[in-house]
Amino acid sequence: MSILDVSDLNVWFGKHRDRVDAVKGATFSVAKGESFGLVGESGSGKSTILRAITGLAPDWSGSIVVEGQQLTKKRPKAFFKTVQMVFQDPYASLHPRHSVDQVLGETLHLHGFKEIDSRVVKLLDDVGLGQKFRFRYPHQLSGGQRQRVAIARALAPEPDLLLLDEPTSALDVSVQAEILNLLADLRRDRGLTYVMVSHDLSVVGHMCDRLAVMKDGEIVEILDVAALRAMKATHPYSKHLLEASV
Amino acid sequence: MMSTLLDVQNLWVKFPTRNGVFDAVRGVSFTLGRERLGIVGESGSGKSMTGRAILRLIRPPGIVEADQISLEGVDLMNLSEKDMRAVRGQRISMVMQDPKFSLNPVMTIGDQIIEAYRLHSSASKSEAYNKSLEMLEAVSIRDAERVMRAYPHEMSGGMGQRIMIAMMLIPNPEILIADEPTSALDVSVQRQVLDIMDKLVKERGMGLIFISHDLNLVADFCDRVLIMYAGRVVEVCDANKLHEAKHPYTRGLLNSLPRLDAPRDRLEVLERDPEWSEAPSVSGRI
Repeated sequence: MSILDVSDLNVWFGKHRDRVDAVKGATFSVAKGESFGLVGESGSGKSTILRAITGLAPDWSGSIVVEGQQLTKKRPKAFFKTVQMVFQDPYASLHPRHSVDQVLGETLHLHGFKEIDSRVVKLLDDVGLGQKFRFRYPHQLSGGQRQRVAIARALAPEPDLLLLDEPTSALDVSVQAEILNLLADLRRDRGLTYVMVSHDLSVVGHMCDRLAVMKDGEIVEILDVAALRAMKATHPYSKHLLEASV
Repeated sequence: MMSTLLDVQNLWVKFPTRNGVFDAVRGVSFTLGRERLGIVGESGSGKSMTGRAILRLIRPPGIVEADQISLEGVDLMNLSEKDMRAVRGQRISMVMQDPKFSLNPVMTIGDQIIEAYRLHSSASKSEAYNKSLEMLEAVSIRDAERVMRAYPHEMSGGMGQRIMIAMMLIPNPEILIADEPTSALDVSVQRQVLDIMDKLVKERGMGLIFISHDLNLVADFCDRVLIMYAGRVVEVCDANKLHEAKHPYTRGLLNSLPRLDAPRDRLEVLERDPEWSEAPSVSGRI
């Protein structure tokens, strides 16, 4: 059973002369419980695919099916209980004047949860932060702690599908290891499905089961991690990417 | 024995705070010849501060103290601000971490590069224009003429960083301090940019201080590496022997990296030992 089916997805920005086709005819599907990676250089459209799925890129055509539901322009409220996103830069994705408690409380409130108090505590425990971080502001947190808060916020509506847009690229390697371990644990415990964008092939190799290689808005190859480790890419661009990252 | 371009002895950078003085850099010493010297460490380890202190870019209330920072025999610590300005850009230039904050958002890229060039040389406008185009092409930017007319917000991070590198190399400095020049770039572009820098360093006989958090990159690219932790240099080694490093901090960093050829279920998490930050700096002087 696939949780996410994307077929013939096109995403563009601007119009007429200034139109940029960011994603061209992307087709892939992600099975439930799977971890799927999107790799490619900047500007190849990998983040744009995630943004199109969540509804952050308004101009798109093609079909996106999430848990059997065909997506339209307007996302129903239930959609955001299924799909959540973690952004690249934990310094930019948290409101600087909202405490951790406000960030998580507001998210829970918007999703109509009761017992917000106990849920906030539970969320913080789940991402390994604990109670003492509850009333802190983002500037009182390190990059890794902020990313944990961002992950907690994404987990608040209890989604099935988590879209991870370069979740560790702004972090130190030692902190990256902690966050990757946390994401792996959460996926195992909650049966989550990940779609993870990264430019770092070794991170994708560590986290994902299958991955798509993108270039200039197109998916040039979909391969599984065993093939990646064995350096058995077929498309010349994926080969080049592999060679560059070893 | 290669000639020494830069000699840094016992460099301290301090910031007074409400809770007492915070030492960002603590007694760092190293020399730089015509070589590629890597400085690695995590955020907050003082590696960027070291780079900035050399250019005297740390403003009050920050305090810089050093026995000496000498550039070919001249102690930069004793220069006037006016003389220092002649050093910055022309003799030592620096590529900063984030192109978004280091390019002027309301000036076209062409104008910025031309300005950088003409500040340090008496070239005519058209000469400067051609030189800028050439430099942009040298950092493998396609469609350089369009880029010259564009504003920074129209550029991707990778392009912005290459533009910065072009701008910093155009006055032909003796020393280039590159502060995480490629961390915003893709692996495939990273290689290109490094190759460009490598070529320029070799051809022009420049000294390069390469500040990065990426151990593998540094091991690959540099000649010598200083590993910094909490403002101190904890280990100095030859880059090609980095993987045989002995200090537990270096080992921990190396082990926390995911690897394509050696899959693991869980990544190792670095356990910090307070002793690491107490031990005195290791000297990187030759």
